[in-house]
Amino acid sequence: MLTTISLQEKTVLYMSGVTKSFDGFKAINNLNLVIKPGELRAIIGPNGAGKTTMMDIITGRTRPDQGDVYFRNEVDLTRHSEAEIANMGIGRKFQKPTVIETLSVFDNLELALAGKRRVRDSLFFALSGSGRARIDEVFDIIGLGPRRDLLAGALAHGEKQRLEIGMLLAQNPELLLIDEPAAGMTDEETAQLAALLKSIAGEHSVVVVEHDMDFVRSLESTVTVLHEGSVLAEGPLDKVQNNERVIEVYLGR
Amino acid sequence: MASRGPLFPQLFPQLFPPLLQDKSTRWFLGTLGALAIVMPLLNLLAPPDSPLHVSTYTITLLGKYLSYALLALAVDLIWGYCGILSLGHGAFFALGGYAMGMYLMRQIGDRGVYGDPLLPDFMVFLNWTELPWFWHGFDQFWFAALMIVLVPGALAFVFGWLAFRSRVTGVYLSIITQALTYALMLAFFRNEMGFGGNNGLTDFKDLLGFDLQNNGTRNALFVTTALVLALAYIFCKWLTASKFGRVLVAVRDAESRTRFMGYRVEHYKLFVFVASAAIAGIAGALYVPQVGIINPGEFSPINSIEIIVWVAIGGRGTLYGAVIGAFLVNYGKTYFTAAFPELWLFLLGGLFVVTTLYLPQGVRGLLAGGTVARIRARLARLKASGGSV
Repeated sequence: MLTTISLQEKTVLYMSGVTKSFDGFKAINNLNLVIKPGELRAIIGPNGAGKTTMMDIITGRTRPDQGDVYFRNEVDLTRHSEAEIANMGIGRKFQKPTVIETLSVFDNLELALAGKRRVRDSLFFALSGSGRARIDEVFDIIGLGPRRDLLAGALAHGEKQRLEIGMLLAQNPELLLIDEPAAGMTDEETAQLAALLKSIAGEHSVVVVEHDMDFVRSLESTVTVLHEGSVLAEGPLDKVQNNERVIEVYLGR
Repeated sequence: MASRGPLFPQLFPQLFPPLLQDKSTRWFLGTLGALAIVMPLLNLLAPPDSPLHVSTYTITLLGKYLSYALLALAVDLIWGYCGILSLGHGAFFALGGYAMGMYLMRQIGDRGVYGDPLLPDFMVFLNWTELPWFWHGFDQFWFAALMIVLVPGALAFVFGWLAFRSRVTGVYLSIITQALTYALMLAFFRNEMGFGGNNGLTDFKDLLGFDLQNNGTRNALFVTTALVLALAYIFCKWLTASKFGRVLVAVRDAESRTRFMGYRVEHYKLFVFVASAAIAGIAGALYVPQVGIINPGEFSPINSIEIIVWVAIGGRGTLYGAVIGAFLVNYGKTYFTAAFPELWLFLLGGLFVVTTLYLPQGVRGLLAGGTVARIRARLARLKASGGSV
């Protein structure tokens, strides 16, 4: 069930015929992907399937050789820089938790907090009451409130994952791209995370790249299987898992 | 840190209260202020045969160290906070120095060896008949003062705009900054450039009408340099304590994360790089009247590398660490190049290696007790395990 969709329908992310090669190797090969407003989508695929390259293309780090990438039906993402795309409302969480280790947990959220990003805005910045309230809200969600004055580098791995997700929430993007969030988390943390992602979907669109099948199952979302840079299958997890080609290339049973 | 916020939403929300609460700032400004008051008093009031007397030589030497400290501050701002390792900051220092030198040359007037009312001696010597266009205006102090900041700032702007936009970082950036200062050195060595060739600019007479050889002028220059250092310190402190400073740290520690948060990293780098170059230019301008000469040697790559050593030894990312480093290393240099001239470079290199390996936070780390505490902890462990570890 490959997606075919026209731009008349309202989409948050629309990728069509996207191809990107590195030294002749097609990391992304004629990829089509559509994310609708408020959707939660899981993307799985073996190593080298092109998941990270796909995220790089959406966030402006890599330019595709061919194909269309549109945000909200109107913005051509292939023509904008990372910072511009981030400010339009696409947030990204890296596979390896990346927080600013030498700043406090609070400062990390303050930096991520939605707002003007120009040099002069930062020079004369004072945190507003509503900004502070928003940070407190995020602390309630990620549960790091008691650690707000700690340096982010002193956090445990799972806490850094949570902080980075908190930074995404503070940034308040329309579309969240989340790369392997469950890596290095305890079962309990993973369950909490799945609940969190489900709760923010609806208001935001969320794309999660993940290896952990239990985690993907708990998201109860549409699953897209990537293989060799294109979409191999798409649908509910049970259907996808029973797809013969998917079993062949990915599940390997 | 959570207490920062809406209490002071005026123009400089981060500046005043936190600055005075900051212990290191109070300590730093206090020491600098005391030095700037006590030293000239001891020079001017204590009789020359008194043990308390400070010689004019010492005053000038300290003034020179202060201008180096200002330069170190400029380098710490970009390296310590934003991770931009410039190995060419001596170029901005030298440009500021040349701008001041040109003003001082124009002040000589007809008191030069050749007595030409308009042309500096070296131009007469080269048989030039008129003043090159870029020497015009330098007879005015305000113009020279503007150029002291504008020329290094403009060069840093053009260079930084190209480099940061193309995302040149790390060693590649360091290498091109090194190439920049080397290229400028070669250019300034040429007589045809119109900056005095390898002799540079010297034989200065007076500054704003004050005789440079005069004791009072020397003291005034020393105090001015201390004052400028204090102002630059407050400026840098304000920059780094603002959210702008936290973005710089974010760029240093996780540049692409910062981009994905929506910050235009190249704009932040450019702003801080230009500010740093302007401070370096002012440092050069304060240096030149105190040492009495500026020549292309100031552009030499080794000078720029030495600045990095000062900052590393003092401890980067704190501002006052850079100042301590500049003082310590330059005092060491003054002492050792006189007492054991052949040993100095080995010592400097050795100091750098030891700092890099054992004192990642420099002397500041030692002062803050981090290293001492670590050594103590290690000794305690040794004792506990009966010396077997």
